[in-house]
Amino acid sequence: MIYRETGQFRTSYAEDQAIFRLRQDKIGIAVILAIAWIGIPFFADEYLLRAILVPFLILAIAAIGLNLLLGYCGQISLGTGAFMAIGAYAAYNLALRLPALPLLLDFLLAGLIAAAVGVVFGLPSLRIKGLYLAVATLAAQFFADWAFLRLPWFTNYTPSGSVTAPPLDFFGWVADTPREKYFVCLAFACLTALLAKNLVRSRIGRSWMAIRDMDIAAEIIGIRPMTAKLSAFAVSSFVAGGAGVLWAFVHLGSWEPLAFSIDMSFRLLFMVIIGGMGSILGSFLGAAFITVLPIFLNQAPGLVGIQLSTAMVSHLEFMIFGSLIVLFLIWEPHGLARLWQIGKEKMRLWPFPY
Amino acid sequence: MAELGPLLEVVLGGLMSGVLYALVALGFVLIFKASGVFNFAQGAMVLFAALSLVRLAEWLPFPLAFLLTIVIMTAVAWAIERLVLRPLVGQHGLILFMATIGVTFFLDGFGQTIWGSNVYQLDLGLAGPLVLALSIFFHSTKIGRALRAVADDHQAAQSVGIPLNRIWLIVWSTAGIVALVAGMAWGSKLGVQFSLSLIALKALPVLILGGLTSIPGAIVGGLIVGAGEKLAEFYIGPSIGGGIEYWFAYVLALAVLLVRPQGLFGEKIIERV
Repeated sequence: MIYRETGQFRTSYAEDQAIFRLRQDKIGIAVILAIAWIGIPFFADEYLLRAILVPFLILAIAAIGLNLLLGYCGQISLGTGAFMAIGAYAAYNLALRLPALPLLLDFLLAGLIAAAVGVVFGLPSLRIKGLYLAVATLAAQFFADWAFLRLPWFTNYTPSGSVTAPPLDFFGWVADTPREKYFVCLAFACLTALLAKNLVRSRIGRSWMAIRDMDIAAEIIGIRPMTAKLSAFAVSSFVAGGAGVLWAFVHLGSWEPLAFSIDMSFRLLFMVIIGGMGSILGSFLGAAFITVLPIFLNQAPGLVGIQLSTAMVSHLEFMIFGSLIVLFLIWEPHGLARLWQIGKEKMRLWPFPY
Repeated sequence: MAELGPLLEVVLGGLMSGVLYALVALGFVLIFKASGVFNFAQGAMVLFAALSLVRLAEWLPFPLAFLLTIVIMTAVAWAIERLVLRPLVGQHGLILFMATIGVTFFLDGFGQTIWGSNVYQLDLGLAGPLVLALSIFFHSTKIGRALRAVADDHQAAQSVGIPLNRIWLIVWSTAGIVALVAGMAWGSKLGVQFSLSLIALKALPVLILGGLTSIPGAIVGGLIVGAGEKLAEFYIGPSIGGGIEYWFAYVLALAVLLVRPQGLFGEKIIERV
């Protein structure tokens, strides 16, 4: 009833190929964007912006990056954190060593550097797949961890190994309050989501999906596995690298290599699995879920009057994440995004399901 | 001989930790051979087994605690088989792999919730004979053959009358016991603590090196990685900043993957595209 396509006719190719074809969808996304761009900045307090919304948006971008690789191209990566680190340190060094460049260009170049490294570590995917690739990407993770910890050039020889980002100066406009930082992240998140959505609907996205579904068949119908896989690695690492830059420059401000450890990679993997493999919306849902759950777990026992130690809470977090992964893989491998889709189907028929 | 002293020491130290890597890798191989599942949770099982043993041994005589831990590990194996693997039968290997990552997190959290998360001391020697017995058992008995059949093709194995679920239970329990042995060995070296779980990550390159399906491969691979990383640290480490133990095994595994994807002793099962 609410979500019905009756009476909406698509009369041109442009309308037929639009991202949001239904009026309800258009209204929905307009409302969400209005809330994100106008509502939240007005009403959210500093804590909400700084501790929840900014990390959520950045992690959503990173999750989109991983989702392009894992959900669309079927290549597992346990090294997303490493590509984020590469982006972050590349941007740091570019800003430090080439101060003439505008910051936005630094960001772009950092993404490209991450993409180049991603392609190098994606090379094994041409010979191996699945589980073996997981090990190859783990190698990227550990190598990056080590390089940024032990090679002092990357951290500009700071004795502690922790580096501080320059001010966020976008052509004279400096983002330094949480609200401005939120706008920066929101802009990047919207842009990434739009580009990713269009990318997966295009020829290249379709070739990724063909590789994911059956690589041999894809090769026979004329898709080059090498181009498809390496482009997936490149785009995914570019997005992850960009997310890494934002994480370091916007969210953390100053950081050390530990910020991009394997924990980060696993978190992103969880976001993609829980949110939904092969869905851009799912990346956002997963990121929201994984960002909010630990905070909820920290607060909830106190609210109902149970006191838990912090160690206990972190163990509980482990258990809940672990069980959720298994449950989602068993019951809903397409994650929260699929649940949302089912919900839409229900709304379409409601209140007369039969 | 005087110059050989430190070298020998380095190699021996490396081989020692290599044996321990091999123990963890062995658990992986057992499960991979039998169910085609790449069990990321092996490291978590090592931690869980070691924690259980240490805590039980605090108020039980050691042999009893050991037996009880075996029972616990069998129960864990049963739970994993029943709750995780059975619903996912016939799924893509990648899905199963990610499910075991979930199991890893669950076991890590669960183990530390019920047993506590301090560092515990454990003093024990190696249990080499047990490993040997296991490898013979899996190589040359009827069950061993059934395991390989199951690994080859779930459906085909089931259709010739191999009880899939029982085989899985057996192999996961065995892997649990191997995890216990590995946990005892590592625990006596490092103390029983959370970092035990991370050893699983070191066992992955060992597996790639030795071949995913080969028990001797796991052992040889473990020794090579153990000795290799110590030697690399000793000779190359100082010139590029040290700490290369951290990634040496992975880069070695990557190199092996590019040249010989099936590993040193593995069966040639990799499909290339």
